[in-house]
Amino acid sequence: MVEHRPLRDLVAYIVLSLGVLIFAFPVYVAFIASTYDAATVVSGNLPLTPGGRMLENYYRAVFVGGSRFMNQPVGVLLLNSFVTAIGIAVGKILISILSAFAIVYFRFPFRKTAFWIIFITLMLPVEVRIYPTYKVVADLRMLDTYAGLILPLIASATGTLLFRQFFMTVPDELLEASRIDGAGPLRFFWDTLLPLSMTTVAALFVIQFIYGWNQYLWPLLITTKDSMQTIVIGIKKMLTTTDELAEWQLAMATAVLAMLPPVAVVVFMQRLFVKGLVETEK
Amino acid sequence: MEKSVVFNGKLLPYLLLAPQLAITLIFFYWPASQAIWQSFLREDAFGLNSEFVGLENYQALFAQPEYYTAIGTTVVFSSLVTVLSLGVALLFATQADKNLKGASAYKTLMIWPYAVAPAIAGVLWFFIFHPTLGTLARPLRVMGFNWNPMLDGTHAMILVVMAAVWKQVAYNFLFFLAGLQAIPKSVIEAGAIDGAGPLRRFWTIIFPLLSPTTFFLLVVNIVYVFFETFGIIDAVTAGGPAGSTTTMVYKVFADGRLGGDLGGSAAQSVVLMVIVIALTAIQFRYVERKVQY
Repeated sequence: MVEHRPLRDLVAYIVLSLGVLIFAFPVYVAFIASTYDAATVVSGNLPLTPGGRMLENYYRAVFVGGSRFMNQPVGVLLLNSFVTAIGIAVGKILISILSAFAIVYFRFPFRKTAFWIIFITLMLPVEVRIYPTYKVVADLRMLDTYAGLILPLIASATGTLLFRQFFMTVPDELLEASRIDGAGPLRFFWDTLLPLSMTTVAALFVIQFIYGWNQYLWPLLITTKDSMQTIVIGIKKMLTTTDELAEWQLAMATAVLAMLPPVAVVVFMQRLFVKGLVETEK
Repeated sequence: MEKSVVFNGKLLPYLLLAPQLAITLIFFYWPASQAIWQSFLREDAFGLNSEFVGLENYQALFAQPEYYTAIGTTVVFSSLVTVLSLGVALLFATQADKNLKGASAYKTLMIWPYAVAPAIAGVLWFFIFHPTLGTLARPLRVMGFNWNPMLDGTHAMILVVMAAVWKQVAYNFLFFLAGLQAIPKSVIEAGAIDGAGPLRRFWTIIFPLLSPTTFFLLVVNIVYVFFETFGIIDAVTAGGPAGSTTTMVYKVFADGRLGGDLGGSAAQSVVLMVIVIALTAIQFRYVERKVQY
């Protein structure tokens, strides 16, 4: 530091602490609401310290559900979210590491065409082509299936670009060495390239897990059965009844449960998360 | 950049590319071309017949007062969210850039909202500002302020902006902090020796050196506001009251689903595609380095 003034540090501490508190406040209120009974929440006089109904509310939300607005326990929705998020993350990594391998390590006709076909997908998020995509998925009879939830969302270029960038930094000597050892392309990929790529794979997994978990519009459109909904959709459905009837304490318990996995991923795998975020830049 | 040593293979590269190309063609190019094609068609209410109507859907779209309202809403919404989330993030990042004790803990506590789904961020903010049961709506009413985002369009807009900013600051903070830490300390010291105070140093040295980051974030934020905030809007206001929070993306969804106007919805999709392509082109023009082919 150029000049070290205790006062300036103090200001920094105060600004940052205020920021942290403001950031945490909505989540804290949601947590508090999930520990009271419905009447206290609806009264509009929610205390600022936790109440005694926490276990009961979470138990009801996860295992029972079944009130008039929510015919599926949240446990089912959580499972759907996990399957979707992991499916998207793994699927994207799988198809993009293979295509990046082909584009970087081979010379073949239409190589650049293939690259551009993949690259252009960066520009059109699913939101601008929702209804036609819905129709394709419906024609393939994939409504209300995990395949329908997962496949359309893994068609994107981010992973391929990321792996392509990483492969470019891998020294050519490694390839020459494994060639001298008589290894073919698949052997080289499996024994040399893949182990080297593990950090990139992990970083991409973290980012894509969060992306998949937080999807909203797509699951909203293609799931009609309650048993196939993800947890993010479930919360919205809980609140679409008239407000007075909505069981806010259960909705807030569900919101807390829906936030936990992705937030835990960011907090506990922060290094990978930051790496993934900076390198995918999207 | 090209590898100088490569494998020979006739069939293998195509096999490796096949899964991604297949998924891209089926779920990406086919629907995208359908969207463009549909924007020139008019379907009857049951989707049984469709006829080619040329540019009629576009003419109808641009003759709709609601479409201009949606464009206006989108402009207001995206500028507010972009400016606020960049400003707040820059403030926090400059503070976190001072060599403080516990800086990494602050960083963690700043970035976790990135992981919260937009729809859930919306629900959280809706709950604390709910007109009858919101924790923060009560003090507002006590102060004599008639707060009701369910009836008042401006209040609804304020609410979705707050939720969207809350979620986006984390991302911007991370990139601003990285950008600040990449600025060589010697430049700042040189400024200090010349007698520039902290504020002057910020505006004449740090801020200009940070401009590539700022520009990159500007584009990313606009794209974020356009598309990812859909969940916030749908969860908090569903585009209302009276269309006051209906953005262009929300209108594509609402017209296609509730209105059943697939041709009009497709025409709007095409307009959005053009906007995104323009934004991405700008991004690569100025923030090139991602791809050199």
